[in-house]
Amino acid sequence: MARPITAHKLRWQLTAYLAAALVLMPLMVLLFSWQDIDHQIWSHLLQTQLSRLIGNTLWLVVGVGTGVVLLGVSLAWLTSLCEFPGRRWLDWALMLPFAIPAYVLAFVMVGLLDFSGPLQTLLRGWFGSDFRLPPIRSTGGVILTLVLVFYPYVYMLARSAFMAQGRGLMEASRILGQTPWQGFWRVAVPMARPAISAGTALAIMETLADFGAVSVFNYDTFTTAIYKTWYGFFSLQSATQLASLLLLFVFLALFVERHAQGRSKRFPANDKPRKGALYRLSGPLAWLASSYCLLILSIAFIIPVGQLLYWLLSSGIADLDSRYWSLIQNTLLLGGVAALMTVTVAILLVLAQRLQPIRRVRTAVATANLGYALPGSVLAVGIMFFFSFLDNQLVVPLQAWMGAASPAPILLGSLFALLLAYLIRFMAVAYGPLDTSLARIRPSLPEAAQSLGQSGWRVFWRIYVPLLLPGILSAALLVFVDVLKEMPATLLMRPFGWDTLAVRIHALTSEGEWTRASLPALTLVLVGLAPVIVLIRRSGRR
Amino acid sequence: MSFTRNLVVLSLALSAFTSVAQAKELVVYSSRQDHLIKPVFEMYTEKTGVKISYITDREAPLMARLRAEGANTPADMFMTVDAGNLWQAEEQGLFQPVQSDTIEQNIPEHLRSSNDMWTGLSLRARTIAYSTERVKPEELSTYEALADENWKGRVCLRTAKKVYNQSLVATMLESIGEEKTTEVIQGWLANLATPVFSDDTALLKAIDAGQCDVGIVNSYYFGRLQKAEPDVKVKLFWPNQQDRGVHVNISGAGVTKHAKQPEEAIKLLEWMTTEEAQRIFADVNMEFPANQALDSSPEVAAWGDFKADNVSIEVAGRHQPEAIMLMDRLGWN
Repeated sequence: MARPITAHKLRWQLTAYLAAALVLMPLMVLLFSWQDIDHQIWSHLLQTQLSRLIGNTLWLVVGVGTGVVLLGVSLAWLTSLCEFPGRRWLDWALMLPFAIPAYVLAFVMVGLLDFSGPLQTLLRGWFGSDFRLPPIRSTGGVILTLVLVFYPYVYMLARSAFMAQGRGLMEASRILGQTPWQGFWRVAVPMARPAISAGTALAIMETLADFGAVSVFNYDTFTTAIYKTWYGFFSLQSATQLASLLLLFVFLALFVERHAQGRSKRFPANDKPRKGALYRLSGPLAWLASSYCLLILSIAFIIPVGQLLYWLLSSGIADLDSRYWSLIQNTLLLGGVAALMTVTVAILLVLAQRLQPIRRVRTAVATANLGYALPGSVLAVGIMFFFSFLDNQLVVPLQAWMGAASPAPILLGSLFALLLAYLIRFMAVAYGPLDTSLARIRPSLPEAAQSLGQSGWRVFWRIYVPLLLPGILSAALLVFVDVLKEMPATLLMRPFGWDTLAVRIHALTSEGEWTRASLPALTLVLVGLAPVIVLIRRSGRR
Repeated sequence: MSFTRNLVVLSLALSAFTSVAQAKELVVYSSRQDHLIKPVFEMYTEKTGVKISYITDREAPLMARLRAEGANTPADMFMTVDAGNLWQAEEQGLFQPVQSDTIEQNIPEHLRSSNDMWTGLSLRARTIAYSTERVKPEELSTYEALADENWKGRVCLRTAKKVYNQSLVATMLESIGEEKTTEVIQGWLANLATPVFSDDTALLKAIDAGQCDVGIVNSYYFGRLQKAEPDVKVKLFWPNQQDRGVHVNISGAGVTKHAKQPEEAIKLLEWMTTEEAQRIFADVNMEFPANQALDSSPEVAAWGDFKADNVSIEVAGRHQPEAIMLMDRLGWN
């Protein structure tokens, strides 16, 4: 029986299409690049580069994907369901590495662990000049670094999923004779699966788009090839063609992931969230848990920050001047506004998908999430072309027509353009937590409200928003911190005078001045810490 | 819809802002980094009252932006590093020719575009660095000689993705031909002590720490390291003094094709070639001034005089794609 399309349904559909169009606009620019093909560059790429690059990229995706799941899930399990010494503060501390940009951890790792770094120099002093550690500038080194910066995505989402499972289910599994280990595999993990895969998808998309970290290691991936084709051959066209291939790959991966997830059931939240720990670890097991968490925290956060501090004190402090305040202000302002915008649109998207679960809307929503996998510069170029097209064809003629003395482009190089770039790029980041958060709201709840005569708008404000609040907070936090760390789009699209900390880091690191970059890097980490701590503690177990 | 209204108000406000900002203010797009251009621009503003706004980014995105903005670009000047990039910007038609006696007087011809599209502003030598502990300078002679068997396991190189290496190889293609260049690069790669580095500073530190004995770096990276660590056990060597000379690269700038204030931009460009500006421009990064009337700073002069390769700078640009493909084929990553 066909039901009539109400205005309300149409509105949700339109919302989804509009958001998809927003992302598609720069992507279309990429697709236009296929109008003609530079045969010389392509045959060169095919013959000498692509097989190695695809191999490298797959290694990285598999390695980082496995690593973030192992670290993220195990840590989340420990801090959310067990009790052991130090759990209380490790619970939020383990989220801290999220404040460190991948490119910063990369240069700290290389600086610390390479042959000429302090550690190996010290060890050579002890064990003789032939002593070698496994090389950090290697596939393993890149994977390790990216896992350490990206595991918080999985940790954060898995942790809230574990906590939301409530006490009843796991206790039931115990009563039914399952060991804790079996309970973990058969009950907790399957139930947390949407959260875990959402986190992993974010980590993998970040990995694919990463340019800063892999170039510190000089590890060639598909993304470095995109940049090399652009910066070396100056063939932006071939570069965008490569980028659209990368995008196709991501699209397929996301499609498969969603498809697989569609078959697994989603479980609504238990009405009574867990209050205390499920497992009280004691004796050696408790200490093992503490040391494991502490070890990860040390490698991913304490030691790198210590190294940055050391560099700062030994050389970087001279750069500290009043300009830093404006850098911090810019960074915070951009992050805040972008987080607000992105989360708002993402809420509309998850609701559109929920209220209009038809294929077209699903596709539109999936499309709107694609921006995250694009290397930042490539995305920025798409937006840049689009805006300069509007500027040249529309804005400037319009100004001239209205009699402006000196018509000038206003879109490109405006704050609006930059914020839109952030919105497109980080939509997926906001979408993940909101989607998992929404999945835990029983459809019966809003339905009940509606049947009690509440309007759609009131249902939105009084049912969805309060229940989505944890998801909204996580989404806002993730986007905020991601914007702080974002570099390539900011570089290309920032208005005059809107330098951020990440821009400063780029200025110094591109000149090989790693130690001087410790000042902006450390500031960036500090600025990112506060929101990370606040939000993770809010959602903590009491 | 209030959002649309806000948008209109915002854009009107922005356009009002941009038209005000256009009075006596120059806009520069620069891939030379912030801390290296700021002191120069500040001095100019102090002298003339002309304000300078600038955006820094990598060269390719800036060029793409200039092209996309077309006739409506706010940029009056484009400044970049590396001859290949300058040549590329000229090829893409981003500059306008500037006829200036001042610039012609201050900067030697081979450091300027033959079509007067841009001028070099500072020089850096891409030369050999060696360990003072394990290498005697007598053992060194040319770039090509680093391909010899006796350097096996002793050479460090930077990634081929860096334009400095691309320009070096491009000029080698011009001077010694493709066959010989191929042999040399194969030799270098066979002699590598460790995978290539992503920056010159790390490379110099590796020589200092004993991971390798020789490497090829830009002179100013050595200058910075020496300043930070005066007892570093590395020195610079000037190769190919008996034939073509040391490979020299430049940083430079030109007036954009669609500059809103070309006269003001030319004035700034002219001033940057004068001794007063050149002093800061070169010294802030321990480079050699492009204005030959100036001596290098004492620290830089201490590295000794050398014969520079006077091959036309534009060669680097023309051969760049060829150079990259060659390095790719040979596995220089």
